[in-house]
Amino acid sequence: MTGAAEATAPHGPGTGDAPPVLALAGVSKSFGAVRALRDVSLELHAGEAHALAGENGAGKSTLVKTLSGVHRPDSGQVLMDGRPVEFHKPADAQRHGVAVIYQEPTMFPDLSVAENIFIGRQPRASLGRIDRGAMRARAAELFARLGVALDPEQPARGLSIADQQLVEIAKALSRDARVLIMDEPTAALSVNEVARLFTVVKALREQGCAVLFISHRLDEIFELCQRVTTLRDGAWIAGEAVAGLTHEALIRRMVGRDLDTLYPKLDAATGEVALKVHRLTREGVFTDVSFEVRRGEIVALAGLVGAGRSEVARAVFGVDRWDAGWVEVNGRRLPPASPTAAMSAGVALVPEDRRQQGLVMDQSIERNIGLTGLKRLRRGPVISRAAERDRARDWAIRLQLKFNRLSDAVNVLSGGNQQKVVLAKWLSTRPQVLIIDEPTRGIDVGTKAEVHRVLSELASDGMAVLMISSELPEVLGMADRVLVMQEGRLVAEIPRAEATEESVMTAAAGRTS
Amino acid sequence: MAADVTAANSARAPLSRFLRWDILVGVLLVLVFAGGAIGSPEFANAGNLSFALGDLGEIALIALAMTLLVVAAEVDLSVASVLGLSSALVGHLWDAGWAIETIIPLVVVVGAVCGLVNGLLVTRLGLPSLAVTIGTLALYRGLAQVVLGDRAIAEFPQSYVNLAVNNVPGTPIPYPVALFAVLAVITAVTLHATGFGRALFAIGAQVEAAHFAGIRVKRIKLILFVVSGIVAAFAGVVYTLRYGSARADNGSGLELAVIAAVLLGGVDFDGGKGTLGGVIAGVLLIGLLRNLLMLNDVSTEIQSVVTGLLLVISVITPRLVAVARQRRRAPSPVMPTTPTP
Amino acid sequence: MTAVTAGRSTRGIVDLVFRARELSIVLALAVLVAVTAAANGNFLSAQGLKDIFLNAAILALLAVGQSFVVITRNIDLSVGSVVGLVAFTVGDVLAANQGLGVGVAIVLGIVIGCVCGLVNGLLVSFGKVPALVVTLGTLYVIQGLDHAIAHGRQINAVDLPRSVLSLGNGSVLGIPYLPLITVVVMLAVGYYLRSYASGRDFYAIGSSPEAAGLAGVPVRRRVMAAYLLSGALAGLGGVLWLARFGTVVADDAHGWELQVVSAVVVGGVAITGGVGTVYGAALGALLLTTITSALVVLKVNPFWQQAITGALLLLAISVDRVLALRVARILRRRNARHGS
Repeated sequence: MTGAAEATAPHGPGTGDAPPVLALAGVSKSFGAVRALRDVSLELHAGEAHALAGENGAGKSTLVKTLSGVHRPDSGQVLMDGRPVEFHKPADAQRHGVAVIYQEPTMFPDLSVAENIFIGRQPRASLGRIDRGAMRARAAELFARLGVALDPEQPARGLSIADQQLVEIAKALSRDARVLIMDEPTAALSVNEVARLFTVVKALREQGCAVLFISHRLDEIFELCQRVTTLRDGAWIAGEAVAGLTHEALIRRMVGRDLDTLYPKLDAATGEVALKVHRLTREGVFTDVSFEVRRGEIVALAGLVGAGRSEVARAVFGVDRWDAGWVEVNGRRLPPASPTAAMSAGVALVPEDRRQQGLVMDQSIERNIGLTGLKRLRRGPVISRAAERDRARDWAIRLQLKFNRLSDAVNVLSGGNQQKVVLAKWLSTRPQVLIIDEPTRGIDVGTKAEVHRVLSELASDGMAVLMISSELPEVLGMADRVLVMQEGRLVAEIPRAEATEESVMTAAAGRTS
Repeated sequence: MAADVTAANSARAPLSRFLRWDILVGVLLVLVFAGGAIGSPEFANAGNLSFALGDLGEIALIALAMTLLVVAAEVDLSVASVLGLSSALVGHLWDAGWAIETIIPLVVVVGAVCGLVNGLLVTRLGLPSLAVTIGTLALYRGLAQVVLGDRAIAEFPQSYVNLAVNNVPGTPIPYPVALFAVLAVITAVTLHATGFGRALFAIGAQVEAAHFAGIRVKRIKLILFVVSGIVAAFAGVVYTLRYGSARADNGSGLELAVIAAVLLGGVDFDGGKGTLGGVIAGVLLIGLLRNLLMLNDVSTEIQSVVTGLLLVISVITPRLVAVARQRRRAPSPVMPTTPTP
Repeated sequence: MTAVTAGRSTRGIVDLVFRARELSIVLALAVLVAVTAAANGNFLSAQGLKDIFLNAAILALLAVGQSFVVITRNIDLSVGSVVGLVAFTVGDVLAANQGLGVGVAIVLGIVIGCVCGLVNGLLVSFGKVPALVVTLGTLYVIQGLDHAIAHGRQINAVDLPRSVLSLGNGSVLGIPYLPLITVVVMLAVGYYLRSYASGRDFYAIGSSPEAAGLAGVPVRRRVMAAYLLSGALAGLGGVLWLARFGTVVADDAHGWELQVVSAVVVGGVAITGGVGTVYGAALGALLLTTITSALVVLKVNPFWQQAITGALLLLAISVDRVLALRVARILRRRNARHGS
């Protein structure tokens, strides 16, 4: 450990004079009008774990995809051992010893774990046949090396995400990968699973592997990594040693502004209960979830990814079926599994995945906004285009949407403006209960503040807001109360006054209480 | 006919990025018509055109329902078999002494049941409609054979045969084509101007978003399959009367012509894109081409080659165009999609 | 430790589901044969059995080729028309050139089949067009070509070389050539798919095309190969068809694509790819053929045959789907229990 610490002194050139195993030099990458990476440089050295920090939309995923051969840089270079290389496809990067572990790995569900590891490179017996015995033995050996108990013969279908990641790491090991890139591997893992993963990764690092690690949990960065590179809005902000850095300093680099001004929740008088959820259960997903949201109140649902927050929202809105419990809106029970009924009861759900769930990307702004009000836009049997346009224009102005024409497809808009279209689509139904899942995921800072202002105003006007968010500052700034979920259960309710980063994270990770 | 196309196109469909494929087909239609008129003297007279249109009747009718399905990203391959089953039932029941007035509503109900079976398998079990309807394609055709065996029933009442064959008095338009025209207008309005149509496009383009917007996806798909079955069964009645012959193998392979017409008309096989005007142009194009080939004594077998080729061309050309455009432009403004919490 | 026990029982469930398929076909066959034989003893006569195997041979051969394609999550509807085209054209060539023997016939048939497969494969893998639409289109194109070449003519057995006909009727050690050829091809293909790295690629592609691309599997080349093999086996099937029936017209084997797809799916090859064996597919073909023969023996209206084929296909995909949903639900509950 001390050796590693020495090697990462702020101005030190990694381990000795060896060039970095993998490096980016002045890389830029744009998607249409969006500049995802601007002149970013990064060096990964053998035996060193390097963290990549930054908010959502800062360009971390684009950087990973550039290193792994999914994207090619518009300008700048990818270097291996100091020499420029070009990865045209993921297989090229793999051949050069770059392995990527995604948050949710892509596996072959119908093939065995051993085959998932060795696909295309199976051990051969005579005449080029697959040596199944050797394949099984080598997979078992890899798992033994990683210290995990997985059966090489079991099919990949049904493996937990943590196990899938371990299979991917075994695959990287089997390829003698020199660089291990981990894109938010811990997001969906339980505390024990994270600990197991870290043991494995630390061992690999000590064996000379270069690791690039992405996580939103700062504790993990400080525990695992020696260096950290921070990105903000696609630009390189800092590259430095972790030793000597404080949490606060790192957050400042990521956010680049004062947190308090961003989350202007106004105080509002809370009224009667608008949404009441009672012992709601969906087997294997969430269990026994009860809570209330009052008019004028913003209630945040916090927790780790995979804790079941979005799933509760989906069930309340009727997109998924629930197995037990009930949901009341303004004192009336909702029938299960009917978004239509939820909508007419006054519930709106702004879903977590804008591109798949929130919008029809190929269709125009006005059509997307009109989609939730097809009945109201009817004049006789046909839709009134004028009414459709008025409704869209009305909300576009109120939410300060930036657009050329209302007939433009939403896929030409920026992420923030797309989110405004989703908001318009749902606010135009005049809901009394607004469920909003990750309200500001992947949108720019300015729009973020606008969304927060809108939410705050809505609550002041008497709307009941249930907000799911993985961004702690947002939760702390916006919410009147914080509900915390952990592994499918509601484990804590924290009033605004007592909500701190520590109290919420502690409850979410299940370390105490 | 070209006027019809532009009328439906002015209902701005979300295809505008796509070189307006449906207009292209409309232009092609005019060119084929002009070429035919110049090239063969028998082509451009009222008698032949009326015959050509009448010959298209069933394909055109079924294509309307198929358009709705394909826009919603589903497909029904069993339509020709439903047509055959309907034809076999008409023949069998007529032979058994039933009245045509009873037979027609009955076979339409049978068609609805056929569609319902398709729809339930697709919506309740979540099976792909391609797989389901290829199974029912065999099943319904098999039932037609069970009903009628290798018999051929003829000699239907002249008054009904006349309805299927004759022109609307004072026009060169056969009754089935007139019916098609009326239904085409209704379908065009439904698809392009009603909430139901909006819902179809949303389902086809992004089914999850449609579900999240409170659209009853399963119910709507079920309705579409039932409509498709009803239309196919009714087309079976028209077919039987028009040819004056009920056989179990009536209309074999017709599904291909229908799908070719729909895809040729610019409806995206993946759903969410297309115009009814384009489909009408596609239907007419296929009809005129067949008619021209026939006038030039090209065998029916070669005609099916032409239909098959048209189908392949109509699915592959838009993909090639899309690939070419992507090459020219930077990749579409899609941000990397790995979810970041 | 919990991971391992969970894994073991998961594997148990999944294994059971798929082994159950082949077992249930064998069981269905046994019941069918027993009932039919009880009703009519002739069903189990040497001649009766020979007929069933002769009839099943070509269907099973096509099913083996089709499995390859379906395992990659694609489909080839053109096989029936390829059989028809090859049977007629090869018959035509042989009738015109009396000197040619059975070897030339087979090579010619396979070459024609490969050309058809090549066209399908190119359109599907490089055109990225839905396989069902492409092969529906080529089905009609090939059928039309067949008719155009035949022009209403008929090839007669008397015009064919004796060596070709004896391929259809002859036998070695009492086993007819046709089923023998099919079994050899089935074993070879089955062994390849199971025991060679490139064979496993087909399963990988069907199981998850995205993961296959990421893992560096040459997806396009393999899909291309699947269509080529399906075409080649359809070509071979065409020659066998000619050898067996001697008399062929342009309409031969039309509509067979449905039987082939049914056999494959009934045999446990998932229509969604990645799962199944050629042995299952061949068993499925045997089952369908036996049903047809049983219908004749039981004096059931033979017109039921197509309806039964369709119903079996629907039953197979529905059962697969219901089982998959069950397994998914069980896994969901189990994960939940381990999570908490």
